[in-house]
Amino acid sequence: MEPAVTSGARIGDRPRPKKNYLNETKGIWSWMTTVDHKRIGIMYLVGTLVAFLLGGIFALLVRLTLLTPQHTMFGMQVTAETYNRFFTLHGAIMVFLFIIPSIPGSLTNFVLPLMLGAKDVAFPRLNLASFYLWIVGAIMAIASMIIGAVDTGWTFYTPYSTTTSGTVTLMTAAVFVLGFSSIFTGLNFIATVHKLRAPGMGWFDMPLFVWGMYSTAVIQVLATPVLGITLVLLMLERVFQIGIFDSRIGGDPVLFQHFFWFYSHPAVYIMILPGMAIISELIPTFSRKTIFGYRAIAYASVSLALVSFIVWGHHMFVAGQSQLATVVFSALTFLVAIPSGVKVFNWLTTMYQGNISLESPMLYAIAFLMLFAIGGLTGIFLGTLSTDIHLTDTYFVVAHFHYVMMGSTVTAFVGGLYYWWPKMTGRMYNEKWGQVTAVLWFIGFNATFLPQFILGSRGMPRRYYNYLDQFQPLHAFSTVGSWIIGLSLFMTAAVLLASLRKPADAPDNPWGGTTMEWQTSSPPITHNFEDQPVLEHEPYDYRPKAVTH
Amino acid sequence: MSTTTTDVPSHGGHGEHEHNPYHQHHFTTMEQQFDTSKLGMWLFIVTEILLFGGLFVGFGLMQHRYPREFIEAHEHLKQLIGGHPFPLYGAVNTIVLLVSSWTMVMGVNAAQTNQKDKTVRYLVITILLACVFLVIKYVEYSHKFHDGLLPGKFYSHQAEDLIKGTYGYHTFFSFYFMMTGLHGIHVLVGIVLLSWLAMRARRGDFTSAYYTPVDLVGLYWHVVDMIWIYLFPLYYLIS
Amino acid sequence: MSTHTESHSHGGPKIYTANLFALLFLTIITVAAASFNFGSANVIIALAIASVKATLVALFFMHLVWDKPINSIIAIAGFLFLGIFLMFDFLDVTTRDGLQPRNMTPMENATPVPDTMNPLKAAPPKPFEPAPAAPEEHK
Repeated sequence: MEPAVTSGARIGDRPRPKKNYLNETKGIWSWMTTVDHKRIGIMYLVGTLVAFLLGGIFALLVRLTLLTPQHTMFGMQVTAETYNRFFTLHGAIMVFLFIIPSIPGSLTNFVLPLMLGAKDVAFPRLNLASFYLWIVGAIMAIASMIIGAVDTGWTFYTPYSTTTSGTVTLMTAAVFVLGFSSIFTGLNFIATVHKLRAPGMGWFDMPLFVWGMYSTAVIQVLATPVLGITLVLLMLERVFQIGIFDSRIGGDPVLFQHFFWFYSHPAVYIMILPGMAIISELIPTFSRKTIFGYRAIAYASVSLALVSFIVWGHHMFVAGQSQLATVVFSALTFLVAIPSGVKVFNWLTTMYQGNISLESPMLYAIAFLMLFAIGGLTGIFLGTLSTDIHLTDTYFVVAHFHYVMMGSTVTAFVGGLYYWWPKMTGRMYNEKWGQVTAVLWFIGFNATFLPQFILGSRGMPRRYYNYLDQFQPLHAFSTVGSWIIGLSLFMTAAVLLASLRKPADAPDNPWGGTTMEWQTSSPPITHNFEDQPVLEHEPYDYRPKAVTH
Repeated sequence: MSTTTTDVPSHGGHGEHEHNPYHQHHFTTMEQQFDTSKLGMWLFIVTEILLFGGLFVGFGLMQHRYPREFIEAHEHLKQLIGGHPFPLYGAVNTIVLLVSSWTMVMGVNAAQTNQKDKTVRYLVITILLACVFLVIKYVEYSHKFHDGLLPGKFYSHQAEDLIKGTYGYHTFFSFYFMMTGLHGIHVLVGIVLLSWLAMRARRGDFTSAYYTPVDLVGLYWHVVDMIWIYLFPLYYLIS
Repeated sequence: MSTHTESHSHGGPKIYTANLFALLFLTIITVAAASFNFGSANVIIALAIASVKATLVALFFMHLVWDKPINSIIAIAGFLFLGIFLMFDFLDVTTRDGLQPRNMTPMENATPVPDTMNPLKAAPPKPFEPAPAAPEEHK
């Protein structure tokens, strides 16, 4: 498993530039006022990873409470209210502060313009504004946690959210601000993909990562505003009792769920599509083989984005919507599984008879394929009306969405982080330890969440802080699994941070990738490329004559 | 890998035009920059359509729930003209906004054709029309407040005889204030943006080579007009 | 945008003014139409006229007729997805209680609902109070 190019080797004998985007200008003010997409990406990376840590701490608290059936932690009683706050904050932080902004804000911001051969995104100042909106939203969310944490569940269902005493209004306002951060990022990427491609790069010459992120951006722009208005209505209902969601004054609580899930279902595709986009890069690179079915994957990405808008009612099968609506939504939900399946088959076929090397990014990619298969398939059980009646609001649902959000998206995110780490920092991490983290991650994740499918199908409800004694062995197993996850992530952080102590001498293209970001130095110069690159070959062209320079 | 590089100069243009001070360097030409800005603005407009659209959907669903009350309640948006109820304020506001849309696009056209004074004049007229809109809105709102028709929990007992024991009136007016209020806020923001534009226009910032801000604020203003085009019949004319 | 004259052939005061008169005319039509009662078609007619007006604003004042098609696609997408939201919500709200199982027929001489179970006549139910925590007792 030697890297394709040895350390220090250069493409075309180009000398390593002394000044790159990291050291060209110095000082915190230069970072705070930067409009360089690479610096903004790094700032997003740090911010969202801190949010991940915070959300993870709440997850560990949830799992610790569930270690025993009597909702105790370290011998102390956990009250129902406290437990509600644990899982609400875990969910809200993970969804709004981490998963939705992380890949678009960090990896995509960094890599997308490089992949297109562009100097920056379409609207660099808007990019910085997106980041600051994220910061403001994060501060507001944390303030709401400190002042009087929310206990409604991350879904803020009415009528509880309009009547409970937690700081719902402040948290809702925080999410509103974060929503606009997301909208502006999506807007920026759409414009960038349309207008800033390198000469010679048509739509079907772009890397599939770009297709995935474009599809994500479309959802961000179309769906998030509806979340915005939902939150405004929730705040007005809470403060002024306008009567839209409160049945005591003539409103309809199910209406809140319609409004909420019209955004939040497409939102889960905002979460998974970037993960899939990363996998579309990792698999061909580490199989050293052209991706199988480029157009199919491209079309599948876009159709996933579009079809995601017509299935939201499957979150509301037992909420009180009409029977006809439930039937229609269930049928449409089966439709949305098809593009995902197409992608998985194409990735597998790409690997078949490829020259596979198992560096850390590839291990995470292979983990993704297995975990996403489970996550996606269990979604079908939930989309089927007759089974969903039994599985809804149980741990089966919790396991399903963790398999897709964490087992898939976060797996891909970590894989992508390892993959682009040399490009972003100019350092190679310790490969062997990276592989160890991948194995630990896979073991820990399955240990935590596989038992939860069983718990759910046997009747363990979600959001409960106590349970029947018979569920304890599985719950305890799951809790120990969560510690293994924590260990794996801690080790990943150590591996990556340790690499920063080495000098920045990573090669331009350590993995032998074919996309444009590998044509410039690691780390890149501030304006990305010395001269405007022009695309001259098909995407993922691994034919032998194309490799030598 | 076989990507090559070409010596495309980092500045756009071929020496025909001076380097435009507004040219951002990640774009090769001003035309590309302008097209991209417009595309970005349309994407933003879509977010506004979906934001307001959510309120329209909510209104529509509530109207479906309380059809009789909504129809009765909206009579309070009409004024008695010659003994007959007529949506005077609503209709006048509609005309005001339509004309302001016209003055806006005429302003864009003037900027596009290097007519500085005309640009400023049209922008100022647009601002004045927007202010007229807000004044009429203020008059409307004060009549409502006087009758106790207020949003949400402030819906006071002075309007008791109008409530007739259902929630429909209360919901109607909640939506009325939310939607016209949010629209009014957008008008206010528009006035601020137009004032900024007028100042820049007077300074001579806009020429046929660069009038992007005028164009983009114009698009925003037309969206504000479009929202009212839908608001007006739904609130003032349904019977 | 270019500094060349092609932008001048797009739009222009004549077209804008004509558009304004069309919009004002349509406003008069829609106000007049409101004084007639077409029953349930009232809403549809009003919205149809409003949509024509909005389209005129988008095509001519907002330049979509002369712009690159992508801008129109974006605008249409916005309305399309709003329409999807509206359509599915209406599908739900208008068919609640509408779908009866076919093998059920209304009972004759059904037992009348006692007043204590009739929400319009009975007192509202007391709010749920969780039982106080039992003292920890083991056998």
